Amino acid sequence: MSTIQPIAGELEPHPDVALVERVRGGDVQAYDLLVRKYDRQIFRIAQHITQNREDAEDVMQDAFLKAYEKLDQFQGNSKFYTWLVRIAVNESLMRLRKRRTGKMISIDEDVETEEGSVPRDLADWAPDPEQNYSQSELAEILRKTIQGLPQGFRVVFVLRDVEGLSTEETAEMLSLSIPAVKSRLLRARLQLRERLSRYFRRKKGAEK
Amino acid sequence: MTCTEFLALLDDLIDDSVTPEVRAQLQQHLHGCEHCEVTLNTTRKTIEIYRSHEIYDLPAGLRERLHAAIMARCKKGC
Repeated sequence: MSTIQPIAGELEPHPDVALVERVRGGDVQAYDLLVRKYDRQIFRIAQHITQNREDAEDVMQDAFLKAYEKLDQFQGNSKFYTWLVRIAVNESLMRLRKRRTGKMISIDEDVETEEGSVPRDLADWAPDPEQNYSQSELAEILRKTIQGLPQGFRVVFVLRDVEGLSTEETAEMLSLSIPAVKSRLLRARLQLRERLSRYFRRKKGAEK
Repeated sequence: MTCTEFLALLDDLIDDSVTPEVRAQLQQHLHGCEHCEVTLNTTRKTIEIYRSHEIYDLPAGLRERLHAAIMARCKKGC
């Protein structure tokens, strides 16, 4: 049975630490390397939270600029990437607040408190179900499905499962308790699974 | 073990953070419960699909434009 392995702890100093040191010493080109290394992830996280392309572009710029300005506050004992993601998540939430003036946005929005119930949809999926769709169709299905999740679930799923952050890192980043992150992650995974079943379920009469 | 108990440990099983004893109990439940087996397999697949497919691509042109803007500001000291 295959398992998804957690990311192993790092024993040696992360290569980003050396780059950060170079930037602190005035080497702007070293920052160029850090931006190129993480820009796709930051853009993706911003898109997931803001669900708006223009906002995601602004968040990406602002997050990297803010990180550059605040680089002195970065402590080498935390990962640069995690630190950067935290800035991007905050920027994304601020952007959402601006867009929905007068309406407070919080990570708790729309979250049901009910614990994971036994899934209703029992249908098994076709083997390699994504192969029944073109790349663009599949991307559209995945976008539409994740956009339908409550924000508080979506952000936890994205940070934990898409970006590979730990439960502890995710909790700290979103100012949530560890049990809250775990509960939301389970709900998010199960809801996504159920919604994807509509597209991926084995067709009746299809051979196993 | 009931299905509800299995489900409460589903994430820990997927994230490989269960003790060998608990894993054995979960496996035992799976042998007799098609429902939970389907839930486990399709939930794993859900995560794998989202991990392996880029749904918000950053096009090269946009990337370079944003990149140039960021670096120009950094060179000026932001």
